[in-house]
Amino acid sequence: METLVMRAGGWLVVALLAFFALAYSADAGFAVHMGIVMLAALITLVVTLRGADYGAIARGVLRVPADQSKYDDDPIRWGVIATVFWGLAGFLAGLYIALQLAFPALNLGLEWTTFGRLRPLHTSAVIFAFGGNALIATSFYIVQRTCRARLAFPALARFVFWGYQLFIVLAATGYLLGITEAKEYAEPEWYVDLWLTVVWVSYLAVFVGTIVKRSEPHIYVANWFFLSFIITVAMLHLVNNLSLPVSFLGAKSYAAFSGVQDALTQWWYGHNAVGFFLTAGFLAMMYYFVPKQAERPVYSYRLSIIHFWSLIFLYIWAGPHHLHYTALPDWAQTLGMVFSVMLWMPSWGGMINGLMTLNGAWDKIRTDPIIRMMVMALAFYGMSTFEGPMMSIKSVNSLSHYTDWTIGHVHSGALGWNGMITFAALYYLTPRLWNRQRLYSLRMVNWHFWLATVGIVLYAASMWVAGIMQGLMWREYGSDGYLVYSFAEVVAAMFPMYVIRAAGGVLYLGGALIMAYNIAMTIAGNLRTEKPMTETPYNEAADRPLVPVAAE
Amino acid sequence: MAEQKRIDQPTGTETVGHEWDGIEELNTPLPRWWLWTFYATVVFAIGYVVVYPSVPGANGAPAGYLNWSSRENLQSALDARQSELKPVYAALAATDITALPGKPELMNQAIAGGAAAFKVHCVQCHGSGAAGAKGYPNLNDDEWLWGGDLATIEKTIADGIRQPGHDATRMSQMPAFGRDGILQPAQIEDVVSYVRTLSGQEKGSASSARGQALFTANCAVCHGPDGKGSRTVGAPNLTDAIWLYGGDRATIAQTVTNSRYGVMPAWSLHLDKVTIRMLAAYVHSLGGGEAAPAPVSAPEQAADAASAAPAGAGNVGG
Repeated sequence: METLVMRAGGWLVVALLAFFALAYSADAGFAVHMGIVMLAALITLVVTLRGADYGAIARGVLRVPADQSKYDDDPIRWGVIATVFWGLAGFLAGLYIALQLAFPALNLGLEWTTFGRLRPLHTSAVIFAFGGNALIATSFYIVQRTCRARLAFPALARFVFWGYQLFIVLAATGYLLGITEAKEYAEPEWYVDLWLTVVWVSYLAVFVGTIVKRSEPHIYVANWFFLSFIITVAMLHLVNNLSLPVSFLGAKSYAAFSGVQDALTQWWYGHNAVGFFLTAGFLAMMYYFVPKQAERPVYSYRLSIIHFWSLIFLYIWAGPHHLHYTALPDWAQTLGMVFSVMLWMPSWGGMINGLMTLNGAWDKIRTDPIIRMMVMALAFYGMSTFEGPMMSIKSVNSLSHYTDWTIGHVHSGALGWNGMITFAALYYLTPRLWNRQRLYSLRMVNWHFWLATVGIVLYAASMWVAGIMQGLMWREYGSDGYLVYSFAEVVAAMFPMYVIRAAGGVLYLGGALIMAYNIAMTIAGNLRTEKPMTETPYNEAADRPLVPVAAE
Repeated sequence: MAEQKRIDQPTGTETVGHEWDGIEELNTPLPRWWLWTFYATVVFAIGYVVVYPSVPGANGAPAGYLNWSSRENLQSALDARQSELKPVYAALAATDITALPGKPELMNQAIAGGAAAFKVHCVQCHGSGAAGAKGYPNLNDDEWLWGGDLATIEKTIADGIRQPGHDATRMSQMPAFGRDGILQPAQIEDVVSYVRTLSGQEKGSASSARGQALFTANCAVCHGPDGKGSRTVGAPNLTDAIWLYGGDRATIAQTVTNSRYGVMPAWSLHLDKVTIRMLAAYVHSLGGGEAAPAPVSAPEQAADAASAAPAGAGNVGG
């Protein structure tokens, strides 16, 4: 009883503090945010006081089976649903801003719906809301199973989930209200940053705590990648967001760095958000789900060690390649470029280990659409991690920089690698977490695969063409020695590419909608009666794997 | 947990002997091509770092073996371009714009340079194809507010139109007949009727007949008794189908009621003389360029040219 009073009192104090911050806020955006915080604290207070077993109610609503495993899977189930939800939101926002670029009237003449505010909403929704929820959920799932240990600090794990959702809501509403630090992928203001720091340190505690209490002698490679992702993102977040608030009751703050130092810090952060959030974290997912789904051993233990250490050592120095031909000193640009070039093979180590894990199970590409998604994810991972080092070479960068080629590059990685591997993980997790016999429909997974694949091809191809066209038009001199095109002419020439890109987005979003339906039906416990995916019999004798070559 | 190494059947490779949740790992050696490509990128990186600047220093970074720097790289490209253009710029600076048609090669170079400058400075208002927009004249047609020969266009670009604080700017102001109470709304409707008969958009009516009298009393002083306009004050020709703001009844009524006050910057405040000369040549070449007017009297023309050339923004009449 005493602890209940203490806890309820604590939430009441938080709600009151938020109320006073709201009342005395220096600007309207901060007031809205404090209102959201107060509401969140009050909801938590009511939940605490009612004392009802909301966990049980939630388990009923979500059709969660009675906990039969020894693992703590509730936050993971919520995470699966949150990942699907934020994925749809993020893809929709992306489609909308893609259409805005082709048809500017869709800005609607309202400050809240302009491209400038919806663009960070899209990037944060897909990277941090969709990707972040996927990472948190899968890391909790994987760390328990590969350590054969229940989650450490279960209450803290729940706080991580809900605290992260509050971070997402504050970040997203902030963008629409125009609250921004103007740092790409780190737009939320100082108080949201502080909140995320608390959540992230809790995440680290739960993850490390679970590893510490493991009942396995060794730590599985997926957990190395998760750990490097959690620790490095904490470091990046703290350093890049060092800033001084103008008022403790207002949203605005100023960065601790200025000028080129600020730019370099930002891109040290920005590039490693790609490196550790979107690469290391998702490689961890790959290292668990690919061998599980293929039912094959990981291709090479040695490769996993070498490529892990070389990847995390080299990635952290590659950021300056975002600032080629700027005020950044030449020596820093040189180092940014050469570290990016050296990063090529360490990145490909993950692709090789993933693809070659299918050695002895290649037939599953034909029979299992989930394996097909994983293979496509790894193929796009390989393509974009070759493209990245190539674009970091200064002479290539002088053509590609500031063009839509960069956008195409990012999306072949994000849609192809991060999206596909996450979809595959969600399809793997859902029947197991809800204790279903199988997915509602495997044929829908196949539809999702093809819609997404064609969508990515439209997206990447149109943006490659658009980017190279843009770069060439900007620098084209006529025989008379003068520039041939004005900037506006280049913008006008982009129109068909923008329309094709948006069409790719429609397909990708369509695939995700099919996934959402499929997962919802699986959770509801339905099984679609459908013909099996393939009738082709498997001929084991014809399946001849590569013979490995001796190392020395 | 005991480590249990075994030979994996399909691949014939030994496992490492660990197992997590059913996942095993093969002890496959590093692929050779992977390792050697990795080494090759490292060797490339070392070579690149030696050749290009790569070390921070207290007093600026030491140059690499090639002594390359991005600033010098840019500067040498700019210098090369500058020296390429130098003869053309010198020739254009020394040639009065009225003499350009006699030098076709220099004229073509001026037009090319003007086209490039137009894309940077002019397309924002006049459009990429110089077709203009509401309030911004179309430069492709042969309708000119202030005149369409080379020297006049150059003067218009250099001194602008209604540029505040610039004495040499082209200046005129149509009265706001309605707002200032010079004409009553009904009278303005009559004037509109008459103006629209001038360009054949309406047939004559009682209203246009009343408007004709009002036009003669109020408008003809600038637009001329027949409505053909005057380039001295930039008063548009009202008899053609070309409208700067629009030729429908409502728009003309608005123009008469509130007047218009379009402004173009005096580009001599922002650009050098040669660029302005090139812009004038380009605009003149778009299709509506007129030949220089026949000299009223030879000495006056010469004096004009003499005073215009050195001062650039000399006090020359339209």
